Amino acid sequence: MDFLSILSIFVLAVFVGYYVVWSVTPALHTPLMAVTNAISSVIIVGALIAAAEGAKAVSESGGISLWLGLLGVVLASINIFGGFAVTRRMLAMYKKKDKKPAASK
Amino acid sequence: MEHAVAATPAWAVLAYLVAGVLFILSLRGLSSPESSQAGNRNGMIGMAVAVGTTLILHPTGLPLIIGAIAIGGGIGWVIAQRIQMTAMPELVAGFHSLVGMAAVLVGCAAYLNPAAFGIVDEAGAILAVSRVEMGLGVAIGAITFSGSIIAFLKLSGRMSGSPILLPGRHVLNLGVLAGILILTGVFAFDAAAAMGQGPLLWIILGLSFVIGVTLIIPIGGADMPVVISMLNSYSGWAAAAMGFTLQNTAMIITGALVGSSGAILSYIMCRAMNRSFISVIAGGFGAEADAGGPKAAGPAKSYKAGSADDAAFIMQNAESVIIVPGYGMAVSQAQHALREMGDLLKKEGVSVKYAIHPVAGRMPGHMNVLLAEANVPYDEVFELEDINSEFGQCDVAFVIGANDVTNPLAKTDKTSPIYGMPILDVEKAKTVLFVKRSMGGVGYAGVDNPVFYADNTMMLLADAKKMVENIVKGLNGGGH
Repeated sequence: MDFLSILSIFVLAVFVGYYVVWSVTPALHTPLMAVTNAISSVIIVGALIAAAEGAKAVSESGGISLWLGLLGVVLASINIFGGFAVTRRMLAMYKKKDKKPAASK
Repeated sequence: MEHAVAATPAWAVLAYLVAGVLFILSLRGLSSPESSQAGNRNGMIGMAVAVGTTLILHPTGLPLIIGAIAIGGGIGWVIAQRIQMTAMPELVAGFHSLVGMAAVLVGCAAYLNPAAFGIVDEAGAILAVSRVEMGLGVAIGAITFSGSIIAFLKLSGRMSGSPILLPGRHVLNLGVLAGILILTGVFAFDAAAAMGQGPLLWIILGLSFVIGVTLIIPIGGADMPVVISMLNSYSGWAAAAMGFTLQNTAMIITGALVGSSGAILSYIMCRAMNRSFISVIAGGFGAEADAGGPKAAGPAKSYKAGSADDAAFIMQNAESVIIVPGYGMAVSQAQHALREMGDLLKKEGVSVKYAIHPVAGRMPGHMNVLLAEANVPYDEVFELEDINSEFGQCDVAFVIGANDVTNPLAKTDKTSPIYGMPILDVEKAKTVLFVKRSMGGVGYAGVDNPVFYADNTMMLLADAKKMVENIVKGLNGGGH
């Protein structure tokens, strides 16, 4: 892909983001931050490539790329699992009036 | 590109596109609580698609990589299960720092091993456009990292929330920022840098770490909702910059989504404080509070103090109560007791609603999550625009741990630092019950609140949680 096609995708995605995010209800702004956090960890793709390609040629320039990549994979994984799990936990708490929490006392 | 070292096969390009679309749908799901859980699932599927595709394309070193995912995933999972809802702001700040650091690591790896990422020409030099993306990506990642660490330290109370003002900080910050941009330009044209040599990228990296710190330390606690949204935005732009380097649509779409999401949240937060983004970033808000001492030293104004039993009696005999929670409720973890109080009042036939100011708490939506945690149904919780007109008809406004967001000076006093900020009109209620630790503190803006001294206000001076618990006792004891 050439630079201009990528730029086009980027600009269009900014606009999609603009409209999608304005439609998020303010009550869910904290889960929004948690889930955007999780999905921005798609940067793990870069870390995976660095690690995998580094593992191919450990002797040359690959060695350091391998370790940088692996560290990146660890950090991004913390974020992915942590971000999605904590979002799920939060969203599960939002309940409507009907169901009475009769469990306690 | 002629040099097709890492030309991605068509199926993989499509798979990354699918991941990007799933991420869009995951945010779209958050438009209502009903669809939100499905949205979150879409996000997880999108991530699985992106990771799976990458592993199939680059199937080397799998044991190490899977080990790394297991370690990181385990840590993340445990944190997510254990974290308290009140600690959500610092958790999010901490997570932002990880995205920033991951971007830095990927950028450095691409610089050191460019052939692996397919960003070299025939002679083995890194393409100039890739070097610009790399420089910017590493810089934004580093700023996100160090800035988020500072935000994390401030939010978790490990570092004072009050602004730290360095002399000449504006000149310093602008200078460093200009330096980073100029060096990125030089980096793109430097022949040594093209071969992966020379210190330029490391200098850019170092400067960016520094400016991340100096940008955030002057910003005070009350402005944290803006800071945390802004860092959210940066983490997105960092991912997008790396997406350009890797020519990966999933990363570009996600980066753009997250970048605009954070920017919109910052804008909403600024609007809710009637402050410009620039003035928040410039920092120092709340520092003037101490300098404004003489005002507070004037003759003590009289106020009416009440007890928990008084409050219980008043609310029992009211028809409608609107509860206004703020950061103080989060600090004392009063949300569960508060919900119990609401339930008892509802049993007595009192209508109970909650009113949330956009900047209540330390991050966007902070109060909503805490109330949800305490099992308050979300259809009893209202945003400022939806409920503000109801204070005039309501019997009791119960303010707990909020201050500046209820201060009517914002409407009348042009000299006040919070002038123009939209506020909750609690003073229009027949009775205002104001839970506050003591009469000493005057909020983050350092402004006294005339509501304290109004005839229809009763101050309930105590720790928020204890006070609410005592009110609950009063309701239980005196009610039947």
